[in-house]
Amino acid sequence: MIWIDAILQGVLAGGLYALFACGLSLMFGVMRVVNLAHGDFAVLAAFLAYSLISATGVSLLWAAVVTVPVFAVFGYLVQRGLINRAMTGGPLPPLLATFGLSVLIQNSLLQGYTADSRALAPGRIGTASLRLSGQISLSYLELLILGLAVLVLGGLELYLSRGRTGRMLRAASDDPEAASLVGGDPRHLYGIATALAFGTLALAGLLFAARSSVSPSSGPSELLFGFEAVVIGGLGSLWGTLLGGIALGVAQNVAGQANPAYTLLAGHLLFLLVLIVRPEGLLPRRSIA
Amino acid sequence: MSALLQVEDLSVRHGQLLALSGLTLSVDAGQVVAVIGANGAGKSTLLETIAGLLPAEHGRVLLNSENVINLPAHRRLRRGIALVPEGRRLFPSLTVRENLLTGQYRRRPGPWDLAAVSELFPWLPERAGQRAAALSGGEQQAVALARALLGNPRVLLLDELSLGLAPTVIAAVYRTLPGIVTQGTAVLLVEQDVSLALRHADHVHCLLEGSIELSGPPSQLTAEQIEAAYFGVSREAT
Repeated sequence: MIWIDAILQGVLAGGLYALFACGLSLMFGVMRVVNLAHGDFAVLAAFLAYSLISATGVSLLWAAVVTVPVFAVFGYLVQRGLINRAMTGGPLPPLLATFGLSVLIQNSLLQGYTADSRALAPGRIGTASLRLSGQISLSYLELLILGLAVLVLGGLELYLSRGRTGRMLRAASDDPEAASLVGGDPRHLYGIATALAFGTLALAGLLFAARSSVSPSSGPSELLFGFEAVVIGGLGSLWGTLLGGIALGVAQNVAGQANPAYTLLAGHLLFLLVLIVRPEGLLPRRSIA
Repeated sequence: MSALLQVEDLSVRHGQLLALSGLTLSVDAGQVVAVIGANGAGKSTLLETIAGLLPAEHGRVLLNSENVINLPAHRRLRRGIALVPEGRRLFPSLTVRENLLTGQYRRRPGPWDLAAVSELFPWLPERAGQRAAALSGGEQQAVALARALLGNPRVLLLDELSLGLAPTVIAAVYRTLPGIVTQGTAVLLVEQDVSLALRHADHVHCLLEGSIELSGPPSQLTAEQIEAAYFGVSREAT
């Protein structure tokens, strides 16, 4: 029974990993850009929500309602103002630019908030759980996070496959110059992709801080988990990202059940195993959808 | 009255190489103008510069007297300049229907819609759900042409429509041209197959090393004149 519990807890943890990873997947799928500051932006969103809640006393839900759209707009501006320019120099400058942003965010958060961890109070849902048996109970917050992950990934999938602009994002992913020949401005389309990615990472950052706690230096480890989920699932594949997140969560929890010291190591080993045996990932990309 | 599309004194560089040098031509509404020339003469460079994919070093591109030379490709498309590029450049991961719908992303008002292009290529609805990459070369060319038409362009630029296609397929694609120009669309086409260009164009320009060597209606040009201009025989003689 404890192994079933470990698997179920792993599936739930995978929801948060998938939510962290879907923005990475989207940016890589559309632009072939790996945002090294992805985790740091998520942490920044959590700290801004923390400040908002501290200053106004609003609930986490209302903080998310404000923070997620603000971050989406912020993402659009970061793409238009920085990453688009860096992309003209090839694949290396965007890596360097986002690495620079990562350092900048971490140090700014250290200056503004010190190195202390902060948590966002989720309310009653944070302690309530669904008891399935004497040994298995599922946290409502974790269930909510998994549900949101499925909803967000499903929504993105629908947007990319059915939406007019979503279709153009996939077109720009195939051939940005040809997309401009049918009237799409690749710089604007890339901005939209990054806006979506930043919206999802802000949501992931808030939920992460509600589930445990964040510190200014949490970003790189979240980036690592997100990146592993993306690679395990298949680069640029959204449903693959969900599967990758769940596989990562299950590997960590099952190994952690055997020996807590192996929790993180098991995830990294699964990542390496997938890279060796199936480098295209579990659900390889046909298109970004 | 001025032509719908005017190219004035256009010069384009590829690095050190002067690909187009002071080129001037015009296309009227409902007219088919062909540009012929050997490999490397600058034909595709001309179309890509008019479409906004390549920057011009000097000169103007006027659409209905408006200079669009500084506009990026997506803005020129919205003004009414559409390019069917060499190699088709469909979106391979998108289905045929999705490729066609991208053509409507910033469409101008006009006669072309999905029903109209399906009349032009009746097999399109049957293949709508297939990925574009799975189509034959001729079918891809037809989808590329239909995709450009769905934007309702005023000027249609066609780059090597016949490249890599079987003669029957080429004939089928070219048979659609009269239906396009009767809608008032101006067509500027680049073609390596000289006989094909002469058969379908109202006016022909022969390009040699980035400059126009010979111009005129096909009926007034002799085979010897075209051959001399195409291979630069007259230049070599002087």
